[in-house]
Amino acid sequence: MDIQTHQGTLLTNTATMAYRNLLKTVHNPDRFMDVIVQPVMFMLLFGYLFGGAIAGGVHAYLPTIVPGILIQTMLSAASGSGSQIREDLDSGVFDRFKSLPMAHIAPLAGQLFADSLRLLLAAVTSLATGYVMGWRPVAGFGWVVVSGLLAIFMGWALSWLFVLLGLLAKRAATVQSFSMIMMMVLSFVSNAFVPLSSLSKPLRFIADLNPVTYVITAIRQILATGSWTPEALWVLVIGMAVVVIFAPIAVWMYDRN
Amino acid sequence: MPESQAIEVSHLTKKFGQQTVVNDLSFTVHRGEVFGLLGPNGAGKTTTLRMLTTLLKANAGQVKIFGHDTVKEGRLARSLFGVTGQYASIDEDISARENLMIFSRLNGLSRATSKQRTAELLKEFSLEHSADQALKNFSGGMRRRLDLAVSLITRPALVFLDEPTTGLDPRTRNQMWATIRQLVQQGSTIVLTTQYLEEADQLADRVAVIDHGRLVTMGTPAELKQQVGGTDLTFTVRRAQQVTQAVKLLATHVTGKIHTAGQQLSLRLSQINQLAQILDALAHAGIEVSQLSVHEPSLDDVFMKSTVGLN
Repeated sequence: MDIQTHQGTLLTNTATMAYRNLLKTVHNPDRFMDVIVQPVMFMLLFGYLFGGAIAGGVHAYLPTIVPGILIQTMLSAASGSGSQIREDLDSGVFDRFKSLPMAHIAPLAGQLFADSLRLLLAAVTSLATGYVMGWRPVAGFGWVVVSGLLAIFMGWALSWLFVLLGLLAKRAATVQSFSMIMMMVLSFVSNAFVPLSSLSKPLRFIADLNPVTYVITAIRQILATGSWTPEALWVLVIGMAVVVIFAPIAVWMYDRN
Repeated sequence: MPESQAIEVSHLTKKFGQQTVVNDLSFTVHRGEVFGLLGPNGAGKTTTLRMLTTLLKANAGQVKIFGHDTVKEGRLARSLFGVTGQYASIDEDISARENLMIFSRLNGLSRATSKQRTAELLKEFSLEHSADQALKNFSGGMRRRLDLAVSLITRPALVFLDEPTTGLDPRTRNQMWATIRQLVQQGSTIVLTTQYLEEADQLADRVAVIDHGRLVTMGTPAELKQQVGGTDLTFTVRRAQQVTQAVKLLATHVTGKIHTAGQQLSLRLSQINQLAQILDALAHAGIEVSQLSVHEPSLDDVFMKSTVGLN
């Protein structure tokens, strides 16, 4: 008996690969750590630990810290893409993918699709934790959704960068430790947790250059004013630029791999 | 148009930096045969297989799978074969059933066909009871079985097996051999690499021995053994004072050198039917012999004689 096959399209192949990545996550709940446990933990820890010292109370600190943790979580979720792709490439299973009559780019596309669902989960967790702690942005629910989507888009754009890192690195552990350092520096040397005015001159200089500062500022503005600001537009444009520049390089590198 | 060969390899070459790992390799694999690629560690077996299965680009040369160029018609060529690598290429984090489902879908089977094929293969490879378990709990044999099952989803006419039994215990190895023989019966063409000469001898219709990336020799196991030379005969002369007499007698029957070690004599026969004549002559002369053994050349001898290896 012959087996009926048809050449899968890029779309069906990508969907299957995304399904695979999600299955892996479901089977390994520790993969949820960085998108669920981490934002909840950081929100509680930072809120109750530093809230009083920095803003004179948890409630007053929430408008600062919620966008901060949101973006920090996006960063760490995005950084997972890099080590994931490296792990995959190093395992025998990738040889199998490459020897199948499927769209060559599907494993990469599937991963980025699955990652965007992870980012969504991370964003919802961060914002919901803020709500539980008493955060009530004046802009209203609609604008919370808009800022959440902007954060997810930035996270997704950055995951292309981390994927490229994963493709260039030799080992998954290298990607992991490098991503960790990058994540720490980018999220802490910014306005995520403290007002920029409190920083020393050299730190302030770095924080002012840090793209994370711009994204957080834009999100805070949206939530404070309840309107789409020029800063938010800039963030969107920069995010698109990152995708336009790094996605083709990543795809090309992946193709050569 | 004549039916195309299963695989045609011509002047295949691969360099890693300065080092030429596969050097101007050409051979043909006929439909329905088991073709063994034999060679010491580092001879270029796996590299060759990776090029045949489109996982690696060659620096020069051409590979055709059932007449389709693997470079120009890559996706079509890939749809015609299954491959099982040296290390199990299955997803560790998901179950056997999920592996089969996902790879069925990626192979272009519809959802319903994928489900059906998954059930069939789980049964065929006795994996039903552990179908939904995490692969982490699988034994080496189960992993290999699943790996092979995944390679056979589309019932490909051509299957590549890279060291299919390396690291398996004898029982699991025999199971694997049985599965491979069954595939052959169903008409599949099989290319396998192995370091186990016994495996090649048991399974392969034709064997190519490669060393330092070059084709050293190729033929049926019987042909290759013949190339190495005749049969070795060893026996012991019962009475020590008859050794000299025995050597003289043997010299009239064989041309080669006769080795003596105490009362033990060994010599090479050019033809197996010389054995009867020799034993006859010895009996006539009243020379009693014991501990007689006849050693036919094995693929081991072919291997040792034709390859140098890296070390």
